[in-house]
Amino acid sequence: MDLHFGDSKPTDEERAAVDALLGPPQSSWEGADRSDADLRWARGGREARERRDLLLPGLHALNDRIGWISEGALDYLCRRLTVPPAEAYGVATFYAMFSVRPRPATVLHVCTDLACAAAGAADLCAGVEARLGAGSGVAVERSPCLGLCERAPAALAIRAGDPARTAVSAPATVESAVAAGGAPGSADDEPPAVMAVPQAGDPSLVLLSRVGVVDPADLDDYRAHGGYTALRRAFAIGPAAVIREVTDAGLVGRGGAAFPTGRKWQATASQPDHPHYLVCNADESEPGTFKDRVLMEGDPYALVEAMTVAAYAVGAHQGYLYLRGEYPRALRRMEHAIGQARARGLLGDDVLGQGYAFDIEIRRGAGAYICGEETALFNSIEGYRGEPRSKPPFPVEKGLFGKPTVENNVETLVNVLPVLTMGAPAYAAIGTAGSTGPKLYCVSGSVDRPGVYELPFGATLGELLERAGVRERLRAVLLGGAAGGFVRPDELDIPLTFEGTREAGTTLGSGVVMAFDDTVPLPRLLLRIAEFFRDESCGQCVPCRVGTVRQEEALHRIAERTGAAAADDIALLREVGRAMRDASICGLGQTAWNAVESAIDRLGAYE
Amino acid sequence: MRKRQPKTYARLTHPLVRDSRDEPFRRATWDEALTRAAAGLGAARGAFGMFSCARATNEMNYVAQKFARVVMGTNNVDSCNRTCHAPSVAGLSAAFGSGGGTSSYEEVEHTDLIVMWGSNARFAHPIFFQHVLRGIRNGARMYAVDPRRTSTAEWAESWLGLNVGTDIPMAHAIGREIIHAGLANRAFVERATSGFEEYRQLVEPWTLSLAEKVTGVPAAAIRELAHAYARAERAQLCWTLGITEHHNGTDNVRALINLSLLTGHVGRYGSGLQPLRGQNNVQGGGDMGAIPNRLPGFQDILDPPTRLKFETAWDTVIQPHYGLNLTEMFEAMEERTLRAVYCIGENPAQSEADSEQAVRRLRALDFLVVQDIFLTKTAQLADVVLPATAGWAETDGTTTNSERRVQRVRAAVTPPGEAREDIDIICDLAARLGHDWKYADAEAVWNELRSVSRDHYGMTYERLEEHQGIQWPCPDVARLEPTYLHGRLWESDPADRGRLAPFGLVQHDPPVDLTDEEYPIRLTTGRRLDSYNTGVQSGGFASPLRRGEYVELCPEDAERYGVVVGEEVRVSSRRGTVLAPVWIDTALRPGLAFMTMHFPDEVDTNQLTIEANCPIAGTAEFKASAIRIEKLPAPIQVR
Amino acid sequence: MTVVPLGVPRRLIEFTLDGQEARVPEGSTILDACRAAGKDVPTLCQGDTLTPKNACRVCVVEVEGARTLVPACSRRAEAGMEVRTDTERARHSRKVVLELLASSVDLSTTPGAAEWIKEYEAKPDRFGPDAARVNEEPKVDNDLYVRDYDKCILCYKCVDACGDQWQNTFAISVAGRGFDARIAVEHDAPLTDSACVYCGNCIEVCPTGALSFKSEFDMRAAGTWDESAQTETTTVCAYCGVGCNLTLHVQDNEIVKVTSPHDNPVTHGNLCIKGRFGYQHVQNRD
Repeated sequence: MDLHFGDSKPTDEERAAVDALLGPPQSSWEGADRSDADLRWARGGREARERRDLLLPGLHALNDRIGWISEGALDYLCRRLTVPPAEAYGVATFYAMFSVRPRPATVLHVCTDLACAAAGAADLCAGVEARLGAGSGVAVERSPCLGLCERAPAALAIRAGDPARTAVSAPATVESAVAAGGAPGSADDEPPAVMAVPQAGDPSLVLLSRVGVVDPADLDDYRAHGGYTALRRAFAIGPAAVIREVTDAGLVGRGGAAFPTGRKWQATASQPDHPHYLVCNADESEPGTFKDRVLMEGDPYALVEAMTVAAYAVGAHQGYLYLRGEYPRALRRMEHAIGQARARGLLGDDVLGQGYAFDIEIRRGAGAYICGEETALFNSIEGYRGEPRSKPPFPVEKGLFGKPTVENNVETLVNVLPVLTMGAPAYAAIGTAGSTGPKLYCVSGSVDRPGVYELPFGATLGELLERAGVRERLRAVLLGGAAGGFVRPDELDIPLTFEGTREAGTTLGSGVVMAFDDTVPLPRLLLRIAEFFRDESCGQCVPCRVGTVRQEEALHRIAERTGAAAADDIALLREVGRAMRDASICGLGQTAWNAVESAIDRLGAYE
Repeated sequence: MRKRQPKTYARLTHPLVRDSRDEPFRRATWDEALTRAAAGLGAARGAFGMFSCARATNEMNYVAQKFARVVMGTNNVDSCNRTCHAPSVAGLSAAFGSGGGTSSYEEVEHTDLIVMWGSNARFAHPIFFQHVLRGIRNGARMYAVDPRRTSTAEWAESWLGLNVGTDIPMAHAIGREIIHAGLANRAFVERATSGFEEYRQLVEPWTLSLAEKVTGVPAAAIRELAHAYARAERAQLCWTLGITEHHNGTDNVRALINLSLLTGHVGRYGSGLQPLRGQNNVQGGGDMGAIPNRLPGFQDILDPPTRLKFETAWDTVIQPHYGLNLTEMFEAMEERTLRAVYCIGENPAQSEADSEQAVRRLRALDFLVVQDIFLTKTAQLADVVLPATAGWAETDGTTTNSERRVQRVRAAVTPPGEAREDIDIICDLAARLGHDWKYADAEAVWNELRSVSRDHYGMTYERLEEHQGIQWPCPDVARLEPTYLHGRLWESDPADRGRLAPFGLVQHDPPVDLTDEEYPIRLTTGRRLDSYNTGVQSGGFASPLRRGEYVELCPEDAERYGVVVGEEVRVSSRRGTVLAPVWIDTALRPGLAFMTMHFPDEVDTNQLTIEANCPIAGTAEFKASAIRIEKLPAPIQVR
Repeated sequence: MTVVPLGVPRRLIEFTLDGQEARVPEGSTILDACRAAGKDVPTLCQGDTLTPKNACRVCVVEVEGARTLVPACSRRAEAGMEVRTDTERARHSRKVVLELLASSVDLSTTPGAAEWIKEYEAKPDRFGPDAARVNEEPKVDNDLYVRDYDKCILCYKCVDACGDQWQNTFAISVAGRGFDARIAVEHDAPLTDSACVYCGNCIEVCPTGALSFKSEFDMRAAGTWDESAQTETTTVCAYCGVGCNLTLHVQDNEIVKVTSPHDNPVTHGNLCIKGRFGYQHVQNRD
């Protein structure tokens, strides 16, 4: 391609960061010194253009090493990958974790989202910002949910370098957050993942049974606790039978849409177009959700095994694990687990000696909630802006790289292991007729024992909150996160099943259960939700891009109003919300108004 | 970077005359100007030449050649296609009997392999290149053969950076490799071509390693291109002036055509040969007979029945021999056998290679009439200047593009002052010389052309409008022909197959202007994206891309000469010297420099180029001069 | 000899459009069917030479059984589909979309906008005087065309035309996210430092006048732009042998704008810098 580059040159450090990812440039056209051979014969074309999917890893490489992405660095990356600089700039500016302006090497992300806000994030933020002003060498950035809700309020420090270092401070005080910002690299001081599992050790656990029991770094320990029996069974019965088991087990997607997993697999497996891809959506960004993080940190091999089973079932030989950029420890654990599995022949050309080839590549997100939308995630992997695609065509037909693709989230995939080890009938016996199997819940907010809970489908909201030690003066419970809905304290007998929540006019969503007592002003929460969607709207379609802004404006206006004084704006919210729900391209815009609407209708906010 | 506005020309609004070349022009009435013109041309019967215009309409070209043949009784009519694409016409008609590109733009979108040879279409033919890009997006692989790694080449799977003027060795080596690898389409070669055995022997010495030595391109790259071209189910071979602007341009074209014959990549949908024309009506000018060897409809003058048809239609006698082409006309000026010229819309004083010589010859004419929209360098040499209309915006008619599509041109603005349409002026002049032609409008001219040219017969103005242009041949008013030519070569019945396509037995002949110690740098020329030819038209708008004329060097040469961007240097060839600022372009390699002709008022590049012409087509070797770069004593930052 | 491929013959799809039987070739969009039936569905980001981005959502219609409304411009008609184009639900979304757009950008030069706002009784002012606007100043950084992003509805058409759908220059992209997303060149540089080749193919597809010829921009500023006094004449460009069709927009015997017919087999509506802007020389008349 005839790309245009400016005069900016990369520094040696920037060049090294890119070359570490891509290897040294092969010719002067790619950025090496000019040689006689280059001036007589140049290769390019399709092969050169087909490396676009390395753009996001390249941007990460620069951001990790330098802390921001300069013009010269971006140009060099573009030259290496044959990507137009304008497009790369569009991609780099799409993600919240990247900066195209100079900034200090250390960035301290302080969560100001729902659970943290309820736990005093405002004061924490103000305190940290006062301490870490200009010249401190640390940039403080207010962040959406960091997925550390069980330890709210939370902060995450990232210091660029080789390697980049990270530190988590949660629950954070001004002191501890500032300390984390000052000395990232002490991430392993973080409490083990099992601390987020209050039920740990309970023998009835299925999905969380190994968290805190096995050493997450040790493949043998995983095998000693039942690891890789599911994959063996899969090979024994063959791909079609695996899909049949998953279908018979009644497994449905845990990401929120509750689509039958077996049907999705079958639809992909039967596509004549090849190759097929498997994508694991670990871009867990719904405010209040952290179960995937706990699974990946506490039992990483389970996900590797589950992805292998799924890929085998649908005929994929390449899998992508799209992992949230804000999860440094999960990234390390998964990288290690994939490396170990590869070394032991559990990934690679000949998995388990069965002649089946499969491998997994990890792709990190970079701070974009929208990338949890399945097609936005494909665009993100492919090196484009993480904007959702229009459906149809659906991913099972045209997904990643335009090929048939199965995308499941982490929790859905790890459920495949018990389906195979227990057998479909036994699995289906768990839960209710309409919602089978165990379910994970992320409980946070006004409870004594926040964390990830595993209960069979059908337990009531009250039972779950009881276990978590719900505190007095409960005002509201948010189900399903920012895209979910509020319920009242007198509705705790809602059964936690897909059909039960639907009947109650609410949603299970991704399993967020956030309890708020009456000390938290409801309008502030609703405003935070509106801010979240305004910030996270990709901007592609009008109803969402402008609608989220207009909704936030209206909620601002009525923050201190009630009754008739708020009526006009509530009417406006409803009208805009209806158009967003009806006419937005993707689920983000379609659900952005749900929580606020439920607060108005169910909780009587602004009355 | 300097921001600059090149010389802009104001429109001519009234006729100009002068009594002697030493006097300035004075304004004249049309009657005076035309009377003088008629007298001047009438006095030179037998020593007259017509420069018709490859940018004017088909109708104007038809009338202009008719003026030369009927009023002046000569076949000395030609146009600037001589300076660019005559070799394509000559080469294609020698092989296939017809001078048009064999494919259509649409086909390049549906082909499997595209070879861009000596063509920076990304700059010179941007909208054609969009069709190429669509082809690439549809999965076609593109190969680029060009001394420079141009914007076009940057899109290629593989760019082959050959030495200037070594296209024939490259083509022959590809041909030999195809034969030796058993990839020749033997059925096609046997049934549709002639001279294969001679061709095989001709290319036999051109091994990959010899070709590597001569062209500078690694053998593996040549081999890869040979195999890719031969194995493709469909392939398009496109070229531009990098092939034609050589002293042996027609041979170059033949060498490329040979490859299509060898592989059967011609005469099928998606497989063909596509020369890209530099001006809007290069194709049409030739089709209309504004060339010395063909009558309208590209019909051969030497063919007696054809001559008879035209003699009857025009009530005249047509000279039974070819006229002089543009290059020969200039030579005839030197010998004084050509003493009067009617030059319409051309600017040979700046566009000819070795422009100083061209000016000298034009000055030596007894009488020069220039009909143009501007007072160009050529017009400034004239005795009579006639203000015309801009063909594309102020006249009605048609032009024919590179895919042989005849399209309607329409008047959108009123011409300035007393400017008149070309046809109107020519007819007025013809009347003053005794030929009273009555054309109500351009359509009347077109309909006369249709009556004498079978290939155009089916194209009424109404149909041209309806179909947004029609490609020739179109002999029938009720149907459209396939988009490609020479499908006949694939017919199973030899009678339908017609004349076999001969392989061109052409030899490598390096550029005339050899590089040596004194002139060590090879200068090649080309177009930039936002400029056009001598810049008379394109200088009129404020292009943000325009930076004026530079001599472009590779970084290594710039370092060797100790010169930096913007520094003025002396550029000399065996013919002349110019001063030009330096630009550095990584697309070049040591020993290779690049300039354009877009800014002759600043840097007259054609003082450097060589007047070494293709003996068949007469096109000059603009693409290969030998030059020397000299750093000026005290570096001056110009402008 | 190889025959010219005529394309695979397309089957006809039968479905219901506003209660009427509709038959369209397979692959047609609902919008195609609407237009064939003479129904007026507003569109902004749809373009006849581009793959629909369906970003503006002003063309949404109701499809029986679908959870949400669907964009008519990109949803293909399916056999048995029941489509209703003028329901209260669809009209409501169109109205709100128009309100959201008109309250955030300047639609004064968007053809059709004023009529639609009236037809759908949209009230852009309802969001109050403090409603956030895009608030961009016109970018006049070259002599050929102006980028006035205060009028930009972010339809992506310019990006697609500059990108892989036509020009493949990739000078512009959408940068930033959400309400702050803007069309930009790399590093938000001026156009003159970008890959832009000034083909103007972005202007050709811009539905709002955010991109315009400098000549048009200046004449509008001077109050002399008068489309009713303009003629449009299609001719052929004189700058090379490709034969691009130019439509010259002439006002008072001056060429003020150049476009190309979108259905032209040579250009498909696209031109290069010379064809689009290189007309000035014919009107250097004094």
